[in-house]
Amino acid sequence: MDIFTQQLINGLVLGSIYALVALGYTMVYGILELINFAHGEVTMFGAMICLAVIGAITATGTDANGLLIVALGLSAAISVCTVLGFLIERVAYRPLRRAPRLAALITAIGMSIVLQNAAMLIWGKQYITFPPLLPLVRYDIGGAVITNLQIFIILLSCLLMAGLLVLIRKTRLGRAMRATAQAQDIAGLMGINVNTIISVTFVIGAALAAVAGVMVSAYYGLAHYFMGFMLGLKAFTAAVLGGIGNIAGAMLGGLLLGLIESFGAGYIGTLTGGFLGSHYQDVFAFFVLILVLVIRPSGLLGERVVERA
Amino acid sequence: MNGPPLTKWTVWLFVLTLALTACSKKEETTTGTTGGEMTVKIGQVSPLTGPQAHLGKDNDNGARLAIDENNASGVTLGGKKVKFMLVSEDDIADPRTATVVAQKLVDQRVAGVIGHLNSGTSIPASKIYFDAGIPQISPSATAIAYTAQGYKTAFRVMTNDRQQGKVLGEYAVKKMKAKRVAIIDDRTAYGQGLADEVDKAVKASGGEVIAREFTTDRSTDFLAILTSIKGKKPDLVFYGGMDAQGAPMVKQLQSLGLKAKFLGGDGVQTAEFLKLAGSNSEGVTASSPGLPIDSMPGGKEFRKKFTDRFGTIQTYAPYAYDAVNVMVEAMKKADSAEPSRYLAELPRVQRAGVTGNISFDGKGDIRGGAITLYQVKGGKWEVLETVMGGGATAMEKN
Repeated sequence: MDIFTQQLINGLVLGSIYALVALGYTMVYGILELINFAHGEVTMFGAMICLAVIGAITATGTDANGLLIVALGLSAAISVCTVLGFLIERVAYRPLRRAPRLAALITAIGMSIVLQNAAMLIWGKQYITFPPLLPLVRYDIGGAVITNLQIFIILLSCLLMAGLLVLIRKTRLGRAMRATAQAQDIAGLMGINVNTIISVTFVIGAALAAVAGVMVSAYYGLAHYFMGFMLGLKAFTAAVLGGIGNIAGAMLGGLLLGLIESFGAGYIGTLTGGFLGSHYQDVFAFFVLILVLVIRPSGLLGERVVERA
Repeated sequence: MNGPPLTKWTVWLFVLTLALTACSKKEETTTGTTGGEMTVKIGQVSPLTGPQAHLGKDNDNGARLAIDENNASGVTLGGKKVKFMLVSEDDIADPRTATVVAQKLVDQRVAGVIGHLNSGTSIPASKIYFDAGIPQISPSATAIAYTAQGYKTAFRVMTNDRQQGKVLGEYAVKKMKAKRVAIIDDRTAYGQGLADEVDKAVKASGGEVIAREFTTDRSTDFLAILTSIKGKKPDLVFYGGMDAQGAPMVKQLQSLGLKAKFLGGDGVQTAEFLKLAGSNSEGVTASSPGLPIDSMPGGKEFRKKFTDRFGTIQTYAPYAYDAVNVMVEAMKKADSAEPSRYLAELPRVQRAGVTGNISFDGKGDIRGGAITLYQVKGGKWEVLETVMGGGATAMEKN
């Protein structure tokens, strides 16, 4: 039972990170029907910026509180990533908004490659370590172990997701976003500045991605210019699983995917008698993606597929 | 990659040019004589440019030192005084380039080859040397496949991954007192090969392999497999793979509160591992083929000779030095530098080299080669002990 609890915890942490990144995919898709493949790279930039700032601060030999240094790194990551998210939309997607969908998709992939290589040029090809600034406390729950960092990741993700739901369902800005998602032209006629709303969507997505990036690098203790690629694909899968374009769906999809991966990798060896091994961990995500696309293309909480098809 | 037909053409053209050059210089053959003196060419191949250039130059210097010493002391073969000449080539650590320079050396009629540095280059080049009947002694290739191809011209003076895996498995059970061992590998040729050998050795030593889990050489999340392993209560976790996965794995192992010891191979025994794992690396044990230089029988003397002339030793220079001397020893025994004549003597050579006693088994692997175990203490790799390949005798240090 303790193993089950432990895999549950592993899955929840992984799932919260996927969910945060998946929100960025789903928000952009909801409004523009565009898959922003550069979103994974924004996450990577978040991690890299945070580590660069942390590195610069610790290099001064200050004995400031570790938490404070990480908080500074995180805020720097969020600021840079929001600007990056804004610029990506402005430079790469806005000029192509009326172009065929394929053109936008190709630009998205191109943007992803550009960002990846830019990061490689800036920070090099080697792994960058997250310095041990955060005091690690372990709690024992019936044989399973949960660390303060894991609790923090789950709580912060939930908080951010709840905040986002409130923003979209209860505020003027949220109403404008929903209106733009339903019918861009009509929303424009109603006095909504569509360009601003789209920019805001990208900025919010990028900020969430930055937080997720910092979480990943702190959790695994590593960052690398290539880390955004796989994370982006997994989060995209999570968004599709939950129903792309649906905010609550992305959260559900992210959590589910994290759990599927964790339990899958943990139990597949025993269940198949060693025929399939735990190196299939990454395969689960894409197996789920294929299943969803075949059985229920609209995803678990998907909507509006009929009118869009 | 970029237009196979063109590349093929270029290579052929290159080989053709080399062949022509070789023909025009036919007078400079292996047994070329000038006056009462005979010139014997010995090839050396390693990456002399690119990211591994520092290691390649190190091998070159080691071989050069041995060549010069043999020339100074004077070797006589078949009644003639011999002058050895080192022909160094650059394979840029690339398998394709390795075959091109191998052919170049064959065409220049070298008597033997010291190299290559990497397993990935030594293996494809070994076929070319075998076809030409030229003995090849690699100072540093460790992949099992290198001597497993049935080429009687391929030798090495460094312990291979099979021997390393055997030592690691035995060490885990006998010295680290692990009864329940979990093995993880990254499914690469190196990681899987090493893990399979560790698996066998653990079972042979009376230990139990309670879990075999796998990951990839790009993963960062090992919590799921570590949790599954934790449920089986291991005493020790072995990882066959590189430092970039080993480091986060150690960290996650500790965050799960898994009390098992962590053991790795030479992919983990790196400076990069210490950097990536930070304070989590404390207590990690890992192995590396060969002896630490100061424990080598002739290590201190070699270090002095080498540093006086070339500066700091990187890694494999003593092995390149020994490889040359073993080759010369076989030539002396055969009283000839003809590859076909002295090749027969190579398997019978017994030599007390700088790195240890050198003799080859039937495959061309070094007999009883050394594996050194290191442990992280105070953020540094400290030598625990050196185990000779058979695992029978151990030289304690510290």
